[in-house]
Amino acid sequence: MNSIARLELTDITKRYPGVVANDGIALTVAPGSIHALLGENGAGKSTLMKIVYGVVQADGGQMRFNGQPVTVRSPHEARALGISMVFQHFSLFDTLTVAENVWLGLDRHFSLREVTERIRAKASEYGLEVDPRQPVHTLSVGERQRVEIVRALLTQPQLLILDEPTSVLTPQAVDKLFVVLRQLAAEGCAILYISHKLHEIRALCHECTVMRAGRVVAHCDPTLESDASLSRLMMGAEPAVLPPPARAPGAVVLELQRLSLDSEEPFGTALREVALQVRSGEVLGIAGVSGNGQAELLAALSGEDRRAPSGSVRLGGADLSRAGPRQRRALGLHFVPEERLGRGAVPALGLAQNLLLTRDDAVGPLGWLRLGALRAQAEAIIARYQVKAAGPDAAAKSLSGGNLQKFIVGREIDGTPKVLVVSQPTWGVDVGAAAHIRSAILALRDAGCAVLVVSEDLDELFELSDRLQVIAGGRLSPSVPRAQATVELIGAWMSGLWQDQDKKESGHVQA
Amino acid sequence: MFRLEARPQPSVWWRYASPLLALGLTVLVGLTLFVLLGKDPLRGLQVFFWEPLRTPYALGELMVKATPLLLIALGLAVCFRSNIWNIGAEGQFVLGAITAGGVALLAGPDSGRWMVGAVLLAGIGGGMAWAAITAWLRDRYHANEILVSLMLVYVAVQLLAYLVFGPWKDPLGYNFPQTRTFEAAARVPRLFDGMRVHLGLPLALLAVAGVWVYLFRTLAGFAQQVGGLAPAAARYAGFSSRRALWVALLLSGGLAGLAGALEVAGPLGQLTPHVPAGYGFAAIIVAFVGRLHPVGMTLSAVLMSMFYIGGELAQSRLGLPKSITGVFQGLLLFSLLACDTLVAYRIQWRK
Amino acid sequence: MEEIALLLASALNSGTVLAIAALGLLINERAGVVNLGAEGMMLCAALAGFATVVATGSTPLGLLAGMLAGAALAALFGWLAIWLNTNQYATGLALSLFGSGFSAFAGTAYVQAKLPEQGQFAIPGLADLPLIGPALFRQHPVVYLAAALTLALAWWLYRSRAGLVLRSVGESPESAHALGYPVRRIRLLAVLAGGALCGLAGAYVSTVYTPLWVEGMIAGKGWIALALTTFATWRPARVLLGAYLFGAVTMLQFHLQGVGVHVPAQFLTMLPYLATIVVLVLISRRPQWIRLNMPASLGQPFHPGS
Repeated sequence: MNSIARLELTDITKRYPGVVANDGIALTVAPGSIHALLGENGAGKSTLMKIVYGVVQADGGQMRFNGQPVTVRSPHEARALGISMVFQHFSLFDTLTVAENVWLGLDRHFSLREVTERIRAKASEYGLEVDPRQPVHTLSVGERQRVEIVRALLTQPQLLILDEPTSVLTPQAVDKLFVVLRQLAAEGCAILYISHKLHEIRALCHECTVMRAGRVVAHCDPTLESDASLSRLMMGAEPAVLPPPARAPGAVVLELQRLSLDSEEPFGTALREVALQVRSGEVLGIAGVSGNGQAELLAALSGEDRRAPSGSVRLGGADLSRAGPRQRRALGLHFVPEERLGRGAVPALGLAQNLLLTRDDAVGPLGWLRLGALRAQAEAIIARYQVKAAGPDAAAKSLSGGNLQKFIVGREIDGTPKVLVVSQPTWGVDVGAAAHIRSAILALRDAGCAVLVVSEDLDELFELSDRLQVIAGGRLSPSVPRAQATVELIGAWMSGLWQDQDKKESGHVQA
Repeated sequence: MFRLEARPQPSVWWRYASPLLALGLTVLVGLTLFVLLGKDPLRGLQVFFWEPLRTPYALGELMVKATPLLLIALGLAVCFRSNIWNIGAEGQFVLGAITAGGVALLAGPDSGRWMVGAVLLAGIGGGMAWAAITAWLRDRYHANEILVSLMLVYVAVQLLAYLVFGPWKDPLGYNFPQTRTFEAAARVPRLFDGMRVHLGLPLALLAVAGVWVYLFRTLAGFAQQVGGLAPAAARYAGFSSRRALWVALLLSGGLAGLAGALEVAGPLGQLTPHVPAGYGFAAIIVAFVGRLHPVGMTLSAVLMSMFYIGGELAQSRLGLPKSITGVFQGLLLFSLLACDTLVAYRIQWRK
Repeated sequence: MEEIALLLASALNSGTVLAIAALGLLINERAGVVNLGAEGMMLCAALAGFATVVATGSTPLGLLAGMLAGAALAALFGWLAIWLNTNQYATGLALSLFGSGFSAFAGTAYVQAKLPEQGQFAIPGLADLPLIGPALFRQHPVVYLAAALTLALAWWLYRSRAGLVLRSVGESPESAHALGYPVRRIRLLAVLAGGALCGLAGAYVSTVYTPLWVEGMIAGKGWIALALTTFATWRPARVLLGAYLFGAVTMLQFHLQGVGVHVPAQFLTMLPYLATIVVLVLISRRPQWIRLNMPASLGQPFHPGS
């Protein structure tokens, strides 16, 4: 084993207006080592990796590659050094084929035919199933990641960086990925593995650097740590103790029956015979890998899509299938979407004005806006949910993700809903705000509201839900109480495997 | 070189300063142009910025020109704020002029004073109907409103030409392409003796107040604008994009049609092929320079009128072609767009 | 029969203007930038071309002048829309308004000017073939250039790496940027190319097609070219075909009048504009189809580091 570090970062600093993303970071990665970079959302991991890959320039500090000091000014230079990166959000072009996509990511001047051959060779070398001639828009999310990985492998990397690679994979696909990574490490490649998933890091990685709020707070051997100890390092405190489970749930408030609906998007997923029930005083969690129909299901629930067959969406008995969002809110169904800026709130408008999207308490006769009442309403929500903002007129886009999410969740809960549908409640949200939001959801449940949470974060769903269902290929699994749900079971269901009987009808499942 | 850095919150100061800076830049370029053309730059400044304000009559002329610009711009502001790009206001203006003129031609020497009302209503209806074509094609067939409304401008101009060269030509007009002059009963009344300022001015100011209330104090106006700011948020909120489309186009079509009616039943007094004076396009600039805000647009409409009158004076006093107005208008819009960058971005000088 | 040959010939000639402009717009729209200033660029280029031929007597120089004028205006547009991230639609509109105002202003001296006599062009041998000879082979070289340009562009877009890069920038500038491509520079180059071609089309109008200068002489062809790019779903071959069809519709009005059809002239003049609306409606009916074919980032600003 070489004693010269593959990558050595010293005192790396990066500032953005209002926040220090990286503060004096020191990091060393040895060749052949799988090195985890652990931290919660907002800890600064992605920024650090963008610096290493040349997408962003550091304000201070030094970087050494194989012992030589280097400055990486662009991804082009990074690739020339032998650094390759697989992003969390893929940089693939939907209308082009796999081969064309990979070709664009390679700097040397091969012909398209040569690239196609190399893709096949590399893919079979590592056991990755990839067809170079397929257009990318036909691929599932997991397949797209494989394309990204093949593209990275073709550059013969000495350092491979993976940014949250498993957020889009089923547990089984994660295992397959780990096999590839171990093979790569054994060949001498250094791997930087960014994640906040503790059990994965313990299963895969040789070393771990923990970041919190832009600083390195610890360095350890994950194989010697437990989930609890890693969590303590990551968050600086014991994980929050959750309130005891609520009393028994009441009557069914929200019901979906035989909901079948084609997607409005050209590359969407059709819903097939979706059925679920949510009772007052309970949280139903819907798990699933992105791209399996969640967006379509949520649009049918919120009223943004009003083409559902009559009778398929019922709230307390009333048929809402053709109702728009305002009617649904009037009947007590509120919705928190996963996109905060641009959908849950208008970025350029102030918080008070953003209230008008879903709340009409401050609206008088003939639609007259009572601005004073509106502002007071916003201030109340800001105070109650501890939203850090410059005031009720602060532009939505000036808030951090966590604070804006708190405001939006607060806005909907403040409307005393009978049913609250939430999508990805703590995605991209810092630790403190995430805890706040989760406890707000549980408090709402205890007050008797029916809550439906759709999330790709299994840990979060296990924390919040009383019952769980899985959406796969536009179909919904049967429901299972939390106590009986295990990661293995949910993982299997994510691949659509509850449908043993009608395999031939299970449709294209994203895995 | 410099680099742009996004501001966390749009700069309020620059929002007001940007149009002023843009005007300054335009004046600077204009002065340079005068010098290059061998004309006295100070005379140029005087002709554009002082002469139009000097006498009450001049102010009246300013208001006469500003009225149609302001009316059309108000409608366009609602459209642009809703992300509906109605570029064909000129066509709606012409149609309003046509329908108003058609009704005006029905008036005889003994018609009652109410004819004016009918003429103006006809103008509003004509403009709305023309805009409705664009709205319907977009609503039903998803046809791009920029191109449809623009094509309809050319169609409207040809329609006007057909009418004044053909069936509506004044038989006593020595074969000139024009209708006969409208009867007094159908003409828009003037406000003061000795000046051409007419009823259109108070109507425009009324419209300013109305649009302001609509945009900033009603839920309907709010819903309309969310569609332009964040369409996904509008869908999430349940604001109807179809209603936003029709309201925006019918409103701007009606206002443009009213402007057309006021022009032909006011200063022009008849229909001629010169009715399309480009107000529909100049109003686009008025709208942008006025920040799509009713008060701002009132000011920018006056500014734009000064450009028009200055251009005419430049022709008679300085021997420059009248079309210099168009150059300044375009320059103003360009400068404004460039200066507006400062609202959302901060400039960072790189060493 | 001869009438049809003449109609075909004039359709090709008229369509060439649209085709060249639309191909230019296709290039910059493929990069994700929509330039509504086509009309303004074509007007200024028409003036530049005309003035150059008046001064030098050389049509090729006039065409070149037109291309330069178009590219210069496109550069202004590109600087604003790509580097300062102004709204592409508003900036393009500003360019059109400025272009028409400026060309009207600067062109007053040339309104009565005449150009030297143009030669007749004919490809020897081919031009004497029955029917297709007069229809196809007696055109100005620029007409053949348009066809050649179409082929070249089609090959370049779909078979070359540079064309692939352009398409990827148009589809997702963020991803192209993440891969390390200079998105803004590529977009600017595309905009310049588009401006140059619009300029060529504009100069062709004033120096060859109708050799004179009149304020507003482009009469909406820039806007029709924009529409054409959309309903040809950004494919060069379809652009050419569509342009020729439009040329035929435009020419129809003269031939109808010649044949003695008694429709008022103004209604015939309306034909190309009405035709544009009709085709636009037909194409747009299924928004899915447009969305599948449209460069996904069309009209959206791109700021690196966001």
